[in-house]
Amino acid sequence: MNIDTMKLKDIFEKQPVARDFFDSIGIELFDENLTLQEYIEKVDEETLEDLGLSKDFILENFKEFLNNLSGIEENSLHKVNSITIVGGYNKSGEKENIEIEIKTGEIISIVGPTGSGKSRLLADIEWMAQGDTPTKRRILLNGEVPDRDLRFSSEFKLVAQLSQNMNFVIDLSVREFLLLHAESRFVENKEDVVDKVIKKANELAGEKFKGDTPLTSLSGGQSRALMIADTAILSKSPIILIDEIENAGIDRKKALELFVKEGKIVLMATHDPILALMGDKRFVINNGAIVKVLETSKEEKELLSFLEEIDKTLLYYRNRLRYGERLFKNK
Amino acid sequence: MKLITISGPPSSGKTAVIMKVIESFKLQKIKVGVVKFDCLLTDDDLLFKKHGIPVLKGLSGALCPDHYFVSNIEKCFNWGLEQGLDILISESAGLCNRCSPHIKDITAVCVIDNLSGLNTPKKIGPMLKSADIVVITKGDIVSQAEREVFAAKVRQVNPTAKILHINGLTGQGAYELTMLLMESDDVDTLEGKSLRFSMPSALCSYCLGETRIGEKFQVGNVRKMDV
Repeated sequence: MNIDTMKLKDIFEKQPVARDFFDSIGIELFDENLTLQEYIEKVDEETLEDLGLSKDFILENFKEFLNNLSGIEENSLHKVNSITIVGGYNKSGEKENIEIEIKTGEIISIVGPTGSGKSRLLADIEWMAQGDTPTKRRILLNGEVPDRDLRFSSEFKLVAQLSQNMNFVIDLSVREFLLLHAESRFVENKEDVVDKVIKKANELAGEKFKGDTPLTSLSGGQSRALMIADTAILSKSPIILIDEIENAGIDRKKALELFVKEGKIVLMATHDPILALMGDKRFVINNGAIVKVLETSKEEKELLSFLEEIDKTLLYYRNRLRYGERLFKNK
Repeated sequence: MKLITISGPPSSGKTAVIMKVIESFKLQKIKVGVVKFDCLLTDDDLLFKKHGIPVLKGLSGALCPDHYFVSNIEKCFNWGLEQGLDILISESAGLCNRCSPHIKDITAVCVIDNLSGLNTPKKIGPMLKSADIVVITKGDIVSQAEREVFAAKVRQVNPTAKILHINGLTGQGAYELTMLLMESDDVDTLEGKSLRFSMPSALCSYCLGETRIGEKFQVGNVRKMDV
């Protein structure tokens, strides 16, 4: 569309969210029967001065705002089916001999001692490194070098993150907040999507909650469940990075299944054997490089059920403790 | 030398971000100095000194902080040249949200944090709206959803800026910012350059030390609310 000759009301008809721009810079839309240029000429200087705005600023930024909106539509076509990590160098300057592709639906655990370079690997992925980070790694999307501009696109974020330390800090109900998130992503049929997130979160959480529950009164397990369901369904990022998930008040297996079902790539930085063995593979990091890629073996999968039994036993005793009961060797 | 203006609301994490950025620059053998502008008090200069970073401190005291900034930045810039710096970072807090230290043709960074509330981007003036790079901090303690909504709100008020997420504690994202900052042009002098936007003005009796309340004590550039 040609923004220069169009009346504002016609622009808004095509892009209703374009109105938000004027609201966010604090300028009233007093006449929509004007073109952008005509409108700007009529905004009085004193208002601009008070707000710290200039006519050029409004003109350029409104156009950029509309560009970003159309970029969102293009980006939604930008589907990531795989990422490839092309090795660089370790901290001693030796070659990291690896080129590995991770496909959507895969769950990868990342293990290694503190300071081994786990965070740098995850940062390389997030930044879509092209030999321009200390490790000299390269990251490909769908086997190709990604467009450099994608790094700063607010609409295309490669990685969504979940960690133990994250909280909801906003004072809204679950539903109100999810609607806000859906709006910021320009999701159509947002009510349905929000319902789906709440439903899925309740399937993951030990204790149920409703849409009108305030975010800040959710329990730890409920918060985590909601973050997981929201990230799986509402976040467009194709990669989910998980930094441990505590095994309390939440079904971790179902959580991972949800990510896989939503077509995500899951990377987990964890030293919890139960979580790590739920993954398909694990990357072993040492001295700044991936030194081994281990597929979860059949024996390890069997071990997983054994570990889960231990975990259940611990949970049983924890609950007895919580309710003031005595603990006995035989359950 | 490159000059970078870094501004942002109080406690948004400017100093932490600058420390991490300088650590990363040091590894790349790039010499960075800081000029720290504050109002009443700051100990941050000691923090920079402790890390062997050349630092200047300017306290505006009873003057408007940003007016103080613009009256002194040229002198600080020349100091940076004398020190043989590759990069001089100026740090100042935008205290009234209408102020902005950003200069035309000089890379401008605004630091804002995820905890400051979803309406905050709207409330901040040219400091955020005219910045080239917006750094969002404290993302490690809020949910992915809140990070996404907050970044979308920032994008709404500044559709052209590059938005980066930096963890001021671990330094994640700081290396990426250094790469962006290295793209800035070198400048020889600030003489003749201008601010991106005029600063808020006032020239009334209260500017000159009046403390009494009442119409008859108000002289000069005084504006009245519609009540």
